[in-house]
Amino acid sequence: MTVSAYLVLSAVLFALGATTVMVRRNSIVVFMGIELMLNAANLAFVAFSRMWGNMDGQLAAFFVMVVAAAEVVVGLAIIVSLFRTRRTVSVDDENMLRH
Amino acid sequence: MSALAAEAATGLVMSTSEQFLFWIVGAIVVLGASALLFSKRAVLTACSVMVTMVGLAFLYVGLGSPFLGVVQVVVYTGAIMMLFVFVLMLVGVDVSDSFIETIRGQRWIGVIFGLGLLVVLAGAVFRSTFSFAIGTAQADEGNNAGAVASLLFSDFAFTLEITGCLLIIAAMGAVILTLRVRLTKAVAQGEMVAIRLKRGMRLTPPPAPGNYARHNAADAPAIDADGKIIDDSVPSALRMRGQVHTLRGLAQDLLPDQLPPSRRPDIAAPPGEEPAASEAPATAEGEVKP
Repeated sequence: MTVSAYLVLSAVLFALGATTVMVRRNSIVVFMGIELMLNAANLAFVAFSRMWGNMDGQLAAFFVMVVAAAEVVVGLAIIVSLFRTRRTVSVDDENMLRH
Repeated sequence: MSALAAEAATGLVMSTSEQFLFWIVGAIVVLGASALLFSKRAVLTACSVMVTMVGLAFLYVGLGSPFLGVVQVVVYTGAIMMLFVFVLMLVGVDVSDSFIETIRGQRWIGVIFGLGLLVVLAGAVFRSTFSFAIGTAQADEGNNAGAVASLLFSDFAFTLEITGCLLIIAAMGAVILTLRVRLTKAVAQGEMVAIRLKRGMRLTPPPAPGNYARHNAADAPAIDADGKIIDDSVPSALRMRGQVHTLRGLAQDLLPDQLPPSRRPDIAAPPGEEPAASEAPATAEGEVKP
């Protein structure tokens, strides 16, 4: 069993997150799916860092975490303000830009 | 710990202990992540994703990156998932997922796309050959956090500064997005008094609950000079719920046991009605309210 098993696990997690984004309607759960995809990419980064004996992959994962933190702050603020105006968190009901 | 992790994280083939860690933690991680698809309740989903994040932190440590493992726990489990739970509580935990499909068969199309993505990604991993795995032991010299820091502040210094700008902008954006703009003018105290005068409402504060310095609980109504209960002295929420003490319950509490039965007023509760204040002990020197 080689280190590439981590990459397969990362692929599984990424697919789970992507399916969540496509299937679920609750925007908070969809957002958690996006977070899972980011984490799957991080796992691949760290696994590759070990393969190449190079710290750059770990640095990339670190920056992904920082950007994810900023993204979560803004995304959840958008969800809260949408909930205030529309009283819903379903992605189907948020169609204000369409009309 | 970092030396141990670095020793474990070398070579292409996983050691037995690492395989053990991988299978156990990997199973937990995938189970926690699958709650995103199968769990109906959003709070349960958030808790499962938290388990996933902690499991990923274990895997990072196993891969020879203890610094990222700690950061994963602090940032993802400690900050991001807590923020998710906080927002879930804010927007209502009982929001259920709607099952109306805006596109016919959208759910199954999504599942098929997800499976296709899995096949493509896993196929890419399996088709490529990884003939080596150097391990980060030489790169970080047994000091993972130090190696990350020295790279962060030399090669990636500009990226770090940009990321700092991004964090500040994100904080400002969150403040502005959640700022509530007042659509109407705020009513000041003077205008409130004018409105109350105009409508003939009470100008003074309502009478405080409690009587004879025995009860100061909010559910014990004040009693006026005639021995009647003043309804305004208890909060309206308690009145609506019917949790206000009755006069009978209050008086029974006030009644000293020492009083001869002949002088006791007839205030016995009818059977079936539980006096609410019966738990409070009756004191001996209490004055009996006629």
